[in-house]
Amino acid sequence: MTTTMTAPASSPARVEQPPRRRRRGHKLPYILLIPAIATLLIGLGYPVTWQILNSFKEYGLKQQFGQPAEFVGFDNYVALFTDAVFWQIALRSVVFMAATAAVTMVIGIAFALLMKVIPTWSRITLQVAMLLAWAMPIVAQMTVANWLIDDRNGVLNYVLSLIPGVDYIGHDWLRDPLSFFGVALVIITWASVPFVAFSVYAGLTQVSEEVLEAGQLDGASPFQMLRLIIMPIIRPVLVILILLQLIWDLRVFAQIQLLQDFGAAGERYDLLGTYIYGLGIGQGQFGAAAAAAMVVMILTLTVSWGYVRRLLKEDEES
Amino acid sequence: MKRTVFRGAGAALALVLALVWAFPVYWMVNSSFLSPATISKLEPTWVPFGGNLSNYRAVLADNAFTSALGMSLVVTTICLVLCLVYALLASFAIGRFRFKGRKSFVLAIIVVQMLPAEAMFIAQYKMLAGANLLNSVIGVSVIYLAMVVPFTTWMLRGFVAGIPVDLEEAAMIDGCTRMGAFRRVTFPLLAPGLVASGVFAFLQVWNEFALASIILTESQKATLPLWLRDFAQSSNLGVTEWGEVMAGSVLVAIPVIVFFMIVQGRMAQGLVGGAVKG
Repeated sequence: MTTTMTAPASSPARVEQPPRRRRRGHKLPYILLIPAIATLLIGLGYPVTWQILNSFKEYGLKQQFGQPAEFVGFDNYVALFTDAVFWQIALRSVVFMAATAAVTMVIGIAFALLMKVIPTWSRITLQVAMLLAWAMPIVAQMTVANWLIDDRNGVLNYVLSLIPGVDYIGHDWLRDPLSFFGVALVIITWASVPFVAFSVYAGLTQVSEEVLEAGQLDGASPFQMLRLIIMPIIRPVLVILILLQLIWDLRVFAQIQLLQDFGAAGERYDLLGTYIYGLGIGQGQFGAAAAAAMVVMILTLTVSWGYVRRLLKEDEES
Repeated sequence: MKRTVFRGAGAALALVLALVWAFPVYWMVNSSFLSPATISKLEPTWVPFGGNLSNYRAVLADNAFTSALGMSLVVTTICLVLCLVYALLASFAIGRFRFKGRKSFVLAIIVVQMLPAEAMFIAQYKMLAGANLLNSVIGVSVIYLAMVVPFTTWMLRGFVAGIPVDLEEAAMIDGCTRMGAFRRVTFPLLAPGLVASGVFAFLQVWNEFALASIILTESQKATLPLWLRDFAQSSNLGVTEWGEVMAGSVLVAIPVIVFFMIVQGRMAQGLVGGAVKG
Protein backbone atom coordinates (compact mmCIF):
# COMPACT_ATOMS: atom_id res chain seq x y z
CA MET A 1 0.00 0.00 0.00
CA THR A 2 2.92 2.33 -0.31
CA THR A 3 2.10 2.83 -3.96
CA THR A 4 1.95 6.36 -5.17
CA MET A 5 -1.38 7.91 -5.88
CA THR A 6 -0.89 8.66 -9.52
CA ALA A 7 -3.67 7.29 -11.63
CA PRO A 8 -2.78 4.85 -14.37
CA ALA A 9 -3.35 7.65 -16.84
CA SER A 10 -0.51 9.69 -15.49
CA SER A 11 2.17 7.04 -15.13
CA PRO A 12 5.52 8.48 -16.07
CA ALA A 13 5.97 5.76 -18.68
CA ARG A 14 3.29 7.33 -20.80
CA VAL A 15 4.55 8.65 -24.08
CA GLU A 16 3.26 12.10 -24.88
CA GLN A 17 1.60 11.63 -28.21
CA PRO A 18 -0.86 13.95 -29.85
CA PRO A 19 -3.66 11.49 -30.61
CA ARG A 20 -5.03 13.56 -33.48
CA ARG A 21 -2.44 12.06 -35.82
CA ARG A 22 -4.93 9.63 -37.25
CA ARG A 23 -6.91 11.72 -39.64
CA ARG A 24 -8.49 8.85 -41.52
CA GLY A 25 -10.51 7.66 -38.54
CA HIS A 26 -12.67 10.73 -38.19
CA LYS A 27 -15.80 8.61 -38.11
CA LEU A 28 -14.34 5.80 -36.04
CA PRO A 29 -14.58 7.44 -32.58
CA TYR A 30 -18.28 8.02 -33.06
CA ILE A 31 -18.84 4.41 -34.05
CA LEU A 32 -16.89 3.24 -31.01
CA LEU A 33 -19.09 5.35 -28.77
CA ILE A 34 -22.42 4.02 -30.05
CA PRO A 35 -22.90 1.17 -27.52
CA ALA A 36 -21.87 3.27 -24.54
CA ILE A 37 -24.07 6.18 -25.55
CA ALA A 38 -27.02 3.91 -26.28
CA THR A 39 -26.61 2.33 -22.83
CA LEU A 40 -26.56 5.70 -21.14
CA LEU A 41 -29.52 6.99 -23.12
CA ILE A 42 -31.68 3.98 -22.27
CA GLY A 43 -30.65 3.50 -18.65
CA LEU A 44 -30.30 7.14 -17.64
CA GLY A 45 -31.18 9.60 -20.41
CA TYR A 46 -34.74 8.44 -20.88
CA PRO A 47 -35.58 8.12 -17.16
CA VAL A 48 -34.05 11.49 -16.34
CA THR A 49 -35.98 13.17 -19.14
CA TRP A 50 -39.15 11.50 -17.87
CA GLN A 51 -38.34 12.72 -14.41
CA ILE A 52 -37.74 16.31 -15.43
CA LEU A 53 -41.01 16.37 -17.41
CA ASN A 54 -43.00 14.65 -14.68
CA SER A 55 -41.74 16.93 -11.97
CA PHE A 56 -43.86 19.53 -13.79
CA LYS A 57 -46.90 17.26 -14.17
CA GLU A 58 -49.65 16.19 -11.90
CA TYR A 59 -48.98 12.49 -11.52
CA GLY A 60 -50.68 10.86 -8.58
CA LEU A 61 -52.88 7.83 -8.03
CA LYS A 62 -55.49 8.95 -10.56
CA GLN A 63 -52.88 9.06 -13.30
CA GLN A 64 -51.78 5.59 -12.26
CA PHE A 65 -55.21 4.44 -13.32
CA GLY A 66 -55.10 5.96 -16.74
CA GLN A 67 -55.90 9.63 -16.42
CA PRO A 68 -53.54 11.72 -18.51
CA ALA A 69 -50.93 13.58 -16.50
CA GLU A 70 -51.34 17.30 -17.01
CA PHE A 71 -48.69 19.96 -16.84
CA VAL A 72 -49.05 21.94 -13.67
CA GLY A 73 -45.98 24.15 -13.92
CA PHE A 74 -44.07 24.44 -10.68
CA ASP A 75 -46.94 23.13 -8.53
CA ASN A 76 -45.03 20.02 -7.43
CA TYR A 77 -42.03 22.08 -6.43
CA VAL A 78 -44.18 24.66 -4.66
CA ALA A 79 -45.99 21.89 -2.78
CA LEU A 80 -42.66 20.33 -1.85
CA PHE A 81 -41.04 23.57 -0.70
CA THR A 82 -44.04 24.57 1.39
CA ASP A 83 -44.12 21.15 3.06
CA ALA A 84 -42.58 21.30 6.52
CA VAL A 85 -41.88 17.55 6.45
CA PHE A 86 -39.79 17.87 3.30
CA TRP A 87 -37.71 20.65 4.80
CA GLN A 88 -37.21 18.68 7.94
CA ILE A 89 -36.01 15.64 6.02
CA ALA A 90 -33.87 17.69 3.63
CA LEU A 91 -32.22 19.47 6.54
CA ARG A 92 -31.72 16.18 8.36
CA SER A 93 -30.09 14.68 5.26
CA VAL A 94 -27.72 17.60 4.90
CA VAL A 95 -26.80 17.55 8.59
CA PHE A 96 -26.31 13.78 8.47
CA MET A 97 -24.16 14.13 5.36
CA ALA A 98 -21.99 16.85 6.89
CA ALA A 99 -21.65 15.14 10.27
CA THR A 100 -20.77 11.74 8.82
CA ALA A 101 -18.29 13.24 6.36
CA ALA A 102 -16.66 15.31 9.11
CA VAL A 103 -16.32 12.41 11.54
CA THR A 104 -15.00 10.15 8.76
CA MET A 105 -12.41 12.71 7.68
CA VAL A 106 -11.15 13.38 11.20
CA ILE A 107 -10.80 9.69 12.06
CA GLY A 108 -9.37 8.87 8.64
CA ILE A 109 -6.69 11.57 8.87
CA ALA A 110 -5.85 10.52 12.43
CA PHE A 111 -5.45 6.92 11.27
CA ALA A 112 -3.18 7.97 8.41
CA LEU A 113 -0.96 10.02 10.73
CA LEU A 114 -0.82 7.11 13.16
CA MET A 115 0.12 4.71 10.35
CA LYS A 116 3.00 7.03 9.47
CA VAL A 117 4.65 6.85 12.90
CA ILE A 118 4.13 3.24 13.99
CA PRO A 119 6.31 0.18 13.20
CA THR A 120 5.54 -1.62 9.97
CA TRP A 121 4.03 -4.77 11.49
CA SER A 122 1.43 -2.84 13.45
CA ARG A 123 0.66 -0.67 10.43
CA ILE A 124 0.01 -3.73 8.30
CA THR A 125 -2.25 -5.21 10.98
CA LEU A 126 -4.31 -2.04 11.02
CA GLN A 127 -4.39 -1.95 7.22
CA VAL A 128 -5.63 -5.53 6.96
CA ALA A 129 -8.35 -4.84 9.53
CA MET A 130 -9.45 -1.78 7.59
CA LEU A 131 -9.46 -3.64 4.28
CA LEU A 132 -11.85 -6.19 5.77
CA ALA A 133 -14.24 -3.45 6.84
CA TRP A 134 -13.88 -1.66 3.52
CA ALA A 135 -14.61 -4.79 1.49
CA MET A 136 -17.83 -5.72 3.29
CA PRO A 137 -20.90 -5.40 1.06
CA ILE A 138 -23.41 -2.88 2.40
CA VAL A 139 -26.09 -5.48 3.04
CA ALA A 140 -23.66 -7.64 5.02
CA GLN A 141 -22.49 -4.56 6.95
CA MET A 142 -26.01 -3.68 7.95
CA THR A 143 -26.96 -7.25 8.78
CA VAL A 144 -23.95 -7.73 11.03
CA ALA A 145 -24.57 -4.33 12.64
CA ASN A 146 -28.09 -5.39 13.45
CA TRP A 147 -26.79 -8.53 15.06
CA LEU A 148 -24.23 -6.55 17.09
CA ILE A 149 -26.91 -4.20 18.42
CA ASP A 150 -29.60 -6.86 18.78
CA ASP A 151 -31.57 -5.97 21.89
CA ARG A 152 -31.50 -9.42 23.50
CA ASN A 153 -28.36 -11.21 22.39
CA GLY A 154 -26.34 -8.41 20.81
CA VAL A 155 -22.75 -8.20 21.98
CA LEU A 156 -22.93 -4.40 22.31
CA ASN A 157 -25.64 -4.43 24.95
CA TYR A 158 -23.87 -7.23 26.77
CA VAL A 159 -20.57 -5.36 26.91
CA LEU A 160 -22.22 -2.11 27.98
CA SER A 161 -24.04 -3.95 30.75
CA LEU A 162 -20.72 -5.14 32.15
CA ILE A 163 -20.18 -1.58 33.37
CA PRO A 164 -21.40 -1.55 36.97
CA GLY A 165 -24.78 0.08 37.35
CA VAL A 166 -25.58 -0.03 33.64
CA ASP A 167 -28.20 -2.35 32.23
CA TYR A 168 -28.62 -2.21 28.49
CA ILE A 169 -30.02 -5.71 27.98
CA GLY A 170 -33.15 -5.28 25.90
CA HIS A 171 -32.23 -1.77 24.76
CA ASP A 172 -33.47 -1.03 21.23
CA TRP A 173 -30.95 1.23 19.52
CA LEU A 174 -33.22 1.91 16.57
CA ARG A 175 -36.25 3.21 18.46
CA ASP A 176 -35.19 6.77 19.19
CA PRO A 177 -34.58 8.68 15.91
CA LEU A 178 -31.42 10.35 17.18
CA SER A 179 -30.04 6.99 18.27
CA PHE A 180 -31.16 5.52 14.91
CA PHE A 181 -29.11 8.06 12.99
CA GLY A 182 -26.26 7.67 15.47
CA VAL A 183 -26.13 3.97 14.61
CA ALA A 184 -26.23 4.81 10.89
CA LEU A 185 -23.42 7.34 11.33
CA VAL A 186 -21.24 4.84 13.18
CA ILE A 187 -21.73 2.11 10.57
CA ILE A 188 -21.14 4.40 7.60
CA THR A 189 -18.09 5.94 9.27
CA TRP A 190 -16.70 2.49 10.08
CA ALA A 191 -17.07 1.54 6.44
CA SER A 192 -15.70 4.80 4.96
CA VAL A 193 -12.71 5.48 7.23
CA PRO A 194 -10.48 2.91 5.45
CA PHE A 195 -10.73 4.69 2.10
CA VAL A 196 -9.89 8.06 3.67
CA ALA A 197 -7.08 6.59 5.80
CA PHE A 198 -5.47 4.76 2.85
CA SER A 199 -5.73 7.80 0.57
CA VAL A 200 -4.35 10.26 3.12
CA TYR A 201 -1.61 7.80 4.02
CA ALA A 202 -0.64 7.51 0.37
CA GLY A 203 -0.61 11.31 0.25
CA LEU A 204 1.61 11.46 3.33
CA THR A 205 4.18 9.14 1.75
CA GLN A 206 4.66 11.86 -0.86
CA VAL A 207 5.86 14.33 1.76
CA SER A 208 9.62 14.11 1.41
CA GLU A 209 11.80 13.40 4.41
CA GLU A 210 14.08 16.31 3.57
CA VAL A 211 11.31 18.84 3.91
CA LEU A 212 10.37 17.39 7.28
CA GLU A 213 13.98 17.37 8.45
CA ALA A 214 14.43 20.96 7.36
CA GLY A 215 11.36 21.88 9.38
CA GLN A 216 12.73 20.05 12.39
CA LEU A 217 16.08 21.80 12.12
CA ASP A 218 14.32 25.13 11.99
CA GLY A 219 12.72 24.23 15.32
CA ALA A 220 9.14 23.51 14.27
CA SER A 221 7.02 21.68 16.86
CA PRO A 222 5.21 18.51 15.71
CA PHE A 223 1.95 20.44 15.59
CA GLN A 224 3.51 23.21 13.52
CA MET A 225 4.99 20.63 11.17
CA LEU A 226 1.55 19.17 10.69
CA ARG A 227 -0.20 22.47 10.14
CA LEU A 228 2.45 24.34 8.16
CA ILE A 229 4.23 21.61 6.18
CA ILE A 230 2.22 18.40 5.91
CA MET A 231 -1.30 19.82 5.57
CA PRO A 232 -0.51 22.18 2.67
CA ILE A 233 1.18 19.34 0.77
CA ILE A 234 -1.72 16.90 1.13
CA ARG A 235 -4.40 19.58 0.79
CA PRO A 236 -5.42 18.60 -2.77
CA VAL A 237 -6.07 15.03 -1.61
CA LEU A 238 -8.06 16.24 1.38
CA VAL A 239 -10.25 18.49 -0.75
CA ILE A 240 -11.17 15.64 -3.07
CA LEU A 241 -11.75 13.26 -0.18
CA ILE A 242 -14.11 15.70 1.53
CA LEU A 243 -16.06 16.13 -1.70
CA LEU A 244 -16.31 12.37 -2.23
CA GLN A 245 -17.37 11.77 1.36
CA LEU A 246 -20.08 14.43 1.07
CA ILE A 247 -21.39 12.89 -2.15
CA TRP A 248 -21.34 9.39 -0.72
CA ASP A 249 -22.91 10.35 2.59
CA LEU A 250 -25.80 11.92 0.73
CA ARG A 251 -26.50 8.65 -1.09
CA VAL A 252 -27.20 6.41 1.87
CA PHE A 253 -30.56 5.06 0.77
CA ALA A 254 -29.46 1.44 1.08
CA GLN A 255 -28.13 1.82 4.62
CA ILE A 256 -31.12 3.77 5.92
CA GLN A 257 -33.59 1.48 4.17
CA LEU A 258 -31.94 -1.60 5.68
CA LEU A 259 -31.90 -0.07 9.15
CA GLN A 260 -35.58 0.77 8.77
CA ASP A 261 -36.28 -2.78 7.65
CA PHE A 262 -34.72 -4.09 10.83
CA GLY A 263 -35.89 -1.42 13.23
CA ALA A 264 -38.40 1.36 13.25
CA ALA A 265 -39.72 2.91 10.07
CA GLY A 266 -41.57 6.12 9.35
CA GLU A 267 -41.03 9.73 8.49
CA ARG A 268 -38.99 10.44 11.61
CA TYR A 269 -36.39 7.93 10.44
CA ASP A 270 -36.28 9.12 6.84
CA LEU A 271 -33.54 10.77 4.88
CA LEU A 272 -34.15 12.09 1.36
CA GLY A 273 -33.61 8.72 -0.33
CA THR A 274 -36.15 6.79 1.72
CA TYR A 275 -38.49 9.80 1.62
CA ILE A 276 -38.51 9.79 -2.20
CA TYR A 277 -38.96 6.03 -2.20
CA GLY A 278 -41.99 6.32 0.10
CA LEU A 279 -43.46 9.16 -1.92
CA GLY A 280 -43.08 7.41 -5.28
CA ILE A 281 -43.17 3.66 -4.82
CA GLY A 282 -45.09 3.76 -1.53
CA GLN A 283 -47.77 6.35 -2.24
CA GLY A 284 -47.75 6.47 -6.02
CA GLN A 285 -47.20 10.24 -6.03
CA PHE A 286 -44.83 10.18 -8.96
CA GLY A 287 -45.02 13.88 -9.78
CA ALA A 288 -44.05 14.90 -6.26
CA ALA A 289 -41.42 12.15 -6.05
CA ALA A 290 -39.91 13.30 -9.35
CA ALA A 291 -39.67 16.85 -8.02
CA ALA A 292 -38.00 15.64 -4.81
CA ALA A 293 -35.59 13.50 -6.83
CA MET A 294 -34.69 16.55 -8.91
CA VAL A 295 -33.82 18.37 -5.69
CA VAL A 296 -31.45 15.55 -4.69
CA MET A 297 -29.94 15.55 -8.17
CA ILE A 298 -29.28 19.28 -8.11
CA LEU A 299 -27.91 19.07 -4.57
CA THR A 300 -25.52 16.29 -5.63
CA LEU A 301 -24.36 18.15 -8.70
CA THR A 302 -23.73 21.27 -6.64
CA VAL A 303 -21.64 19.38 -4.10
CA SER A 304 -19.73 17.40 -6.72
CA TRP A 305 -19.02 20.21 -9.16
CA GLY A 306 -15.50 20.77 -7.83
CA TYR A 307 -14.65 17.10 -8.26
CA VAL A 308 -16.13 17.01 -11.77
CA ARG A 309 -14.03 20.02 -12.78
CA ARG A 310 -10.92 18.37 -11.36
CA LEU A 311 -11.50 15.18 -13.36
CA LEU A 312 -12.17 17.17 -16.54
CA LYS A 313 -8.89 18.98 -16.07
CA GLU A 314 -7.11 15.68 -15.55
CA ASP A 315 -8.63 14.42 -18.79
CA GLU A 316 -7.49 17.47 -20.74
CA GLU A 317 -3.95 17.08 -19.46
CA SER A 318 -3.68 13.49 -20.56
CA MET B 1 14.23 6.62 24.27
CA LYS B 2 11.24 8.92 24.17
CA ARG B 3 10.77 8.03 20.52
CA THR B 4 10.67 4.28 21.24
CA VAL B 5 8.03 4.73 23.92
CA PHE B 6 6.05 6.90 21.54
CA ARG B 7 6.22 4.31 18.78
CA GLY B 8 5.30 1.54 21.20
CA ALA B 9 2.23 3.43 22.38
CA GLY B 10 1.29 4.13 18.78
CA ALA B 11 1.61 0.46 17.89
CA ALA B 12 -0.58 -0.51 20.85
CA LEU B 13 -3.20 2.03 19.83
CA ALA B 14 -3.07 0.73 16.26
CA LEU B 15 -3.68 -2.82 17.47
CA VAL B 16 -6.71 -1.72 19.52
CA LEU B 17 -8.10 0.14 16.51
CA ALA B 18 -7.43 -2.86 14.27
CA LEU B 19 -9.43 -4.98 16.72
CA VAL B 20 -12.32 -2.53 16.67
CA TRP B 21 -12.33 -2.31 12.87
CA ALA B 22 -12.08 -6.04 12.30
CA PHE B 23 -14.44 -6.99 15.10
CA PRO B 24 -17.72 -6.89 13.14
CA VAL B 25 -16.21 -9.10 10.45
CA TYR B 26 -14.82 -11.47 13.08
CA TRP B 27 -18.15 -11.53 14.86
CA MET B 28 -19.93 -12.40 11.63
CA VAL B 29 -17.63 -15.38 11.06
CA ASN B 30 -17.68 -16.40 14.73
CA SER B 31 -21.46 -16.37 15.01
CA SER B 32 -21.85 -18.30 11.77
CA PHE B 33 -20.41 -21.43 13.46
CA LEU B 34 -22.62 -21.32 16.54
CA SER B 35 -25.74 -23.34 17.16
CA PRO B 36 -29.02 -21.57 17.97
CA ALA B 37 -28.76 -22.78 21.57
CA THR B 38 -25.29 -21.31 22.04
CA ILE B 39 -26.08 -18.08 20.29
CA SER B 40 -29.21 -17.34 22.30
CA LYS B 41 -27.33 -17.48 25.59
CA LEU B 42 -27.13 -14.15 27.35
CA GLU B 43 -23.37 -14.37 27.57
CA PRO B 44 -21.73 -14.13 24.14
CA THR B 45 -19.49 -16.92 22.90
CA TRP B 46 -16.26 -15.18 21.95
CA VAL B 47 -14.53 -18.03 20.15
CA PRO B 48 -16.48 -20.66 18.19
CA PHE B 49 -15.06 -23.71 20.01
CA GLY B 50 -17.34 -26.66 19.42
CA GLY B 51 -19.00 -24.86 16.56
CA ASN B 52 -19.96 -26.57 13.34
CA LEU B 53 -21.05 -25.96 9.79
CA SER B 54 -24.72 -26.71 10.27
CA ASN B 55 -25.67 -23.05 9.70
CA TYR B 56 -23.93 -23.17 6.35
CA ARG B 57 -25.65 -26.42 5.49
CA ALA B 58 -28.99 -24.85 6.29
CA VAL B 59 -28.29 -21.83 4.09
CA LEU B 60 -26.99 -23.88 1.17
CA ALA B 61 -30.04 -26.11 1.36
CA ASP B 62 -32.31 -23.08 1.14
CA ASN B 63 -33.83 -22.87 -2.33
CA ALA B 64 -34.15 -19.11 -2.03
CA PHE B 65 -30.38 -18.84 -1.57
CA THR B 66 -29.55 -20.97 -4.61
CA SER B 67 -32.08 -19.06 -6.69
CA ALA B 68 -30.62 -15.71 -5.59
CA LEU B 69 -27.09 -16.96 -6.26
CA GLY B 70 -28.17 -17.96 -9.77
CA MET B 71 -29.84 -14.61 -10.36
CA SER B 72 -26.80 -12.70 -9.12
CA LEU B 73 -24.50 -14.78 -11.33
CA VAL B 74 -26.63 -14.26 -14.42
CA VAL B 75 -27.08 -10.52 -13.93
CA THR B 76 -23.43 -9.98 -13.03
CA THR B 77 -22.14 -12.01 -15.98
CA ILE B 78 -24.34 -10.22 -18.50
CA CYS B 79 -23.46 -6.80 -17.12
CA LEU B 80 -19.76 -7.58 -16.82
CA VAL B 81 -19.34 -8.85 -20.37
CA LEU B 82 -21.36 -6.09 -22.03
CA CYS B 83 -19.87 -3.43 -19.78
CA LEU B 84 -16.30 -4.39 -20.61
CA VAL B 85 -16.97 -4.49 -24.35
CA TYR B 86 -18.88 -1.19 -24.44
CA ALA B 87 -16.44 0.54 -22.12
CA LEU B 88 -13.40 -0.72 -24.02
CA LEU B 89 -14.75 0.62 -27.30
CA ALA B 90 -15.66 3.96 -25.71
CA SER B 91 -12.32 4.24 -23.92
CA PHE B 92 -10.55 3.82 -27.25
CA ALA B 93 -12.63 6.62 -28.71
CA ILE B 94 -11.79 9.07 -25.94
CA GLY B 95 -8.31 7.75 -25.19
CA ARG B 96 -7.00 7.77 -28.74
CA PHE B 97 -8.95 10.41 -30.61
CA ARG B 98 -9.75 14.08 -30.32
CA PHE B 99 -13.10 14.71 -31.96
CA LYS B 100 -16.01 17.08 -31.79
CA GLY B 101 -18.25 16.21 -28.87
CA ARG B 102 -15.52 14.37 -26.99
CA LYS B 103 -15.56 16.81 -24.12
CA SER B 104 -19.34 16.55 -23.76
CA PHE B 105 -19.12 12.78 -23.60
CA VAL B 106 -16.34 12.89 -20.99
CA LEU B 107 -18.35 15.41 -18.96
CA ALA B 108 -21.40 13.16 -19.22
CA ILE B 109 -19.63 10.03 -17.97
CA ILE B 110 -18.12 11.96 -15.07
CA VAL B 111 -21.37 13.60 -14.00
CA VAL B 112 -23.32 10.37 -14.29
CA GLN B 113 -20.99 8.75 -11.75
CA MET B 114 -21.91 11.40 -9.22
CA LEU B 115 -25.65 10.87 -9.40
CA PRO B 116 -27.05 8.85 -6.52
CA ALA B 117 -29.52 6.04 -7.13
CA GLU B 118 -32.16 7.87 -5.13
CA ALA B 119 -32.13 10.75 -7.58
CA MET B 120 -33.28 8.49 -10.40
CA PHE B 121 -34.75 5.24 -9.19
CA ILE B 122 -38.34 6.42 -9.32
CA ALA B 123 -37.96 7.32 -12.99
CA GLN B 124 -36.11 4.09 -13.76
CA TYR B 125 -38.81 2.14 -11.98
CA LYS B 126 -41.51 3.85 -14.04
CA MET B 127 -39.63 3.22 -17.28
CA LEU B 128 -39.22 -0.50 -16.57
CA ALA B 129 -42.82 -0.75 -15.35
CA GLY B 130 -43.95 0.81 -18.62
CA ALA B 131 -41.88 -1.65 -20.64
CA ASN B 132 -43.04 -4.59 -18.54
CA LEU B 133 -39.49 -5.27 -17.46
CA LEU B 134 -39.81 -5.12 -13.70
CA ASN B 135 -38.61 -8.35 -12.09
CA SER B 136 -36.64 -9.27 -15.18
CA VAL B 137 -32.97 -9.87 -15.81
CA ILE B 138 -33.06 -7.58 -18.84
CA GLY B 139 -34.65 -4.73 -16.93
CA VAL B 140 -32.18 -4.74 -14.08
CA SER B 141 -29.24 -5.26 -16.45
CA VAL B 142 -30.19 -2.23 -18.53
CA ILE B 143 -30.10 -0.04 -15.44
CA TYR B 144 -26.92 -1.62 -14.06
CA LEU B 145 -25.10 -1.21 -17.36
CA ALA B 146 -25.82 2.51 -17.33
CA MET B 147 -24.45 2.53 -13.80
CA VAL B 148 -21.13 0.74 -14.49
CA VAL B 149 -20.23 1.68 -18.07
CA PRO B 150 -19.25 5.30 -17.22
CA PHE B 151 -16.84 4.38 -14.44
CA THR B 152 -15.33 1.51 -16.42
CA THR B 153 -14.86 3.71 -19.49
CA TRP B 154 -13.21 6.36 -17.36
CA MET B 155 -10.87 3.86 -15.79
CA LEU B 156 -9.96 2.07 -19.04
CA ARG B 157 -9.30 5.41 -20.73
CA GLY B 158 -6.28 5.76 -18.46
CA PHE B 159 -4.91 2.39 -19.52
CA VAL B 160 -5.57 3.02 -23.21
CA ALA B 161 -3.83 6.38 -23.04
CA GLY B 162 -0.88 4.63 -21.39
CA ILE B 163 -0.20 2.44 -24.43
CA PRO B 164 1.82 4.29 -27.08
CA VAL B 165 0.21 4.33 -30.51
CA ASP B 166 3.69 3.73 -31.95
CA LEU B 167 3.65 0.15 -30.72
CA GLU B 168 0.56 -0.61 -32.73
CA GLU B 169 1.89 1.19 -35.78
CA ALA B 170 5.18 -0.66 -35.56
CA ALA B 171 3.30 -3.94 -35.59
CA MET B 172 1.37 -2.78 -38.64
CA ILE B 173 4.57 -1.85 -40.45
CA ASP B 174 5.85 -5.31 -39.62
CA GLY B 175 2.86 -6.71 -41.49
CA CYS B 176 0.05 -6.98 -38.96
CA THR B 177 -3.41 -5.95 -39.95
CA ARG B 178 -5.07 -3.31 -37.79
CA MET B 179 -7.06 -5.99 -36.00
CA GLY B 180 -3.97 -8.15 -35.68
CA ALA B 181 -2.01 -5.28 -34.20
CA PHE B 182 -4.78 -4.72 -31.70
CA ARG B 183 -5.04 -8.37 -30.81
CA ARG B 184 -1.33 -9.10 -30.54
CA VAL B 185 0.02 -5.83 -29.16
CA THR B 186 -2.58 -3.59 -27.59
CA PHE B 187 -4.87 -6.15 -26.04
CA PRO B 188 -2.21 -7.97 -23.99
CA LEU B 189 -1.01 -4.62 -22.67
CA LEU B 190 -4.57 -3.75 -21.73
CA ALA B 191 -5.24 -7.00 -19.90
CA PRO B 192 -4.32 -5.71 -16.41
CA GLY B 193 -6.59 -2.74 -16.95
CA LEU B 194 -9.44 -4.96 -18.07
CA VAL B 195 -9.01 -7.18 -15.01
CA ALA B 196 -8.94 -4.24 -12.62
CA SER B 197 -11.91 -2.42 -14.10
CA GLY B 198 -13.75 -5.71 -14.52
CA VAL B 199 -13.40 -6.42 -10.82
CA PHE B 200 -14.71 -2.96 -10.01
CA ALA B 201 -17.73 -3.46 -12.22
CA PHE B 202 -18.26 -6.89 -10.66
CA LEU B 203 -18.18 -5.47 -7.13
CA GLN B 204 -20.64 -2.72 -8.00
CA VAL B 205 -23.15 -5.01 -9.64
CA TRP B 206 -22.78 -7.89 -7.19
CA ASN B 207 -23.29 -5.61 -4.16
CA GLU B 208 -25.99 -3.39 -5.58
CA PHE B 209 -28.95 -3.11 -3.28
CA ALA B 210 -30.92 0.12 -3.79
CA LEU B 211 -32.03 -0.38 -7.39
CA ALA B 212 -32.48 -4.11 -6.99
CA SER B 213 -34.82 -3.60 -4.04
CA ILE B 214 -37.05 -1.48 -6.26
CA ILE B 215 -36.85 -3.35 -9.55
CA LEU B 216 -36.77 -6.95 -8.30
CA THR B 217 -39.68 -7.14 -5.89
CA GLU B 218 -40.60 -10.78 -6.46
CA SER B 219 -38.71 -13.11 -4.16
CA GLN B 220 -37.96 -15.58 -6.97
CA LYS B 221 -36.12 -12.77 -8.76
CA ALA B 222 -34.10 -11.61 -5.76
CA THR B 223 -30.35 -11.16 -6.08
CA LEU B 224 -28.06 -12.14 -3.20
CA PRO B 225 -28.20 -8.79 -1.34
CA LEU B 226 -32.01 -8.90 -1.45
CA TRP B 227 -31.99 -12.51 -0.34
CA LEU B 228 -29.82 -11.66 2.66
CA ARG B 229 -32.16 -8.84 3.66
CA ASP B 230 -35.20 -11.10 3.40
CA PHE B 231 -33.42 -13.96 5.12
CA ALA B 232 -32.39 -11.78 8.06
CA GLN B 233 -35.96 -10.61 8.46
CA SER B 234 -37.65 -13.96 8.25
CA SER B 235 -37.83 -14.72 11.93
CA ASN B 236 -38.78 -17.99 13.48
CA LEU B 237 -41.53 -17.17 16.01
CA GLY B 238 -40.11 -13.69 16.48
CA VAL B 239 -36.57 -14.97 17.01
CA THR B 240 -34.02 -14.30 14.28
CA GLU B 241 -31.74 -17.27 13.65
CA TRP B 242 -28.62 -15.14 13.85
CA GLY B 243 -26.26 -18.07 13.32
CA GLU B 244 -27.80 -18.87 9.94
CA VAL B 245 -28.11 -15.20 9.04
CA MET B 246 -24.40 -14.71 9.75
CA ALA B 247 -23.55 -17.80 7.69
CA GLY B 248 -25.54 -16.18 4.88
CA SER B 249 -23.63 -12.91 5.37
CA VAL B 250 -20.33 -14.74 5.17
CA LEU B 251 -21.37 -16.46 1.94
CA VAL B 252 -22.41 -13.11 0.42
CA ALA B 253 -19.31 -11.27 1.65
CA ILE B 254 -16.52 -13.79 0.98
CA PRO B 255 -16.34 -13.51 -2.82
CA VAL B 256 -16.51 -9.75 -2.49
CA ILE B 257 -13.68 -9.63 0.05
CA VAL B 258 -11.52 -11.90 -2.12
CA PHE B 259 -12.02 -9.84 -5.28
CA PHE B 260 -11.66 -6.64 -3.33
CA MET B 261 -8.22 -7.68 -2.11
CA ILE B 262 -7.14 -8.14 -5.74
CA VAL B 263 -7.85 -4.54 -6.65
CA GLN B 264 -7.47 -2.73 -3.35
CA GLY B 265 -4.25 -1.07 -4.43
CA ARG B 266 -6.04 0.68 -7.26
CA MET B 267 -9.10 1.52 -5.25
CA ALA B 268 -7.61 4.64 -3.73
CA GLN B 269 -5.58 5.51 -6.83
CA GLY B 270 -8.46 5.54 -9.26
CA LEU B 271 -10.65 7.80 -7.18
CA VAL B 272 -8.22 10.42 -5.96
CA GLY B 273 -5.68 9.94 -8.73
CA GLY B 274 -4.20 13.10 -10.11
CA ALA B 275 -4.87 14.95 -6.88
CA VAL B 276 -1.29 14.61 -5.78
CA LYS B 277 0.22 15.90 -8.99
CA GLY B 278 -1.12 19.31 -7.99
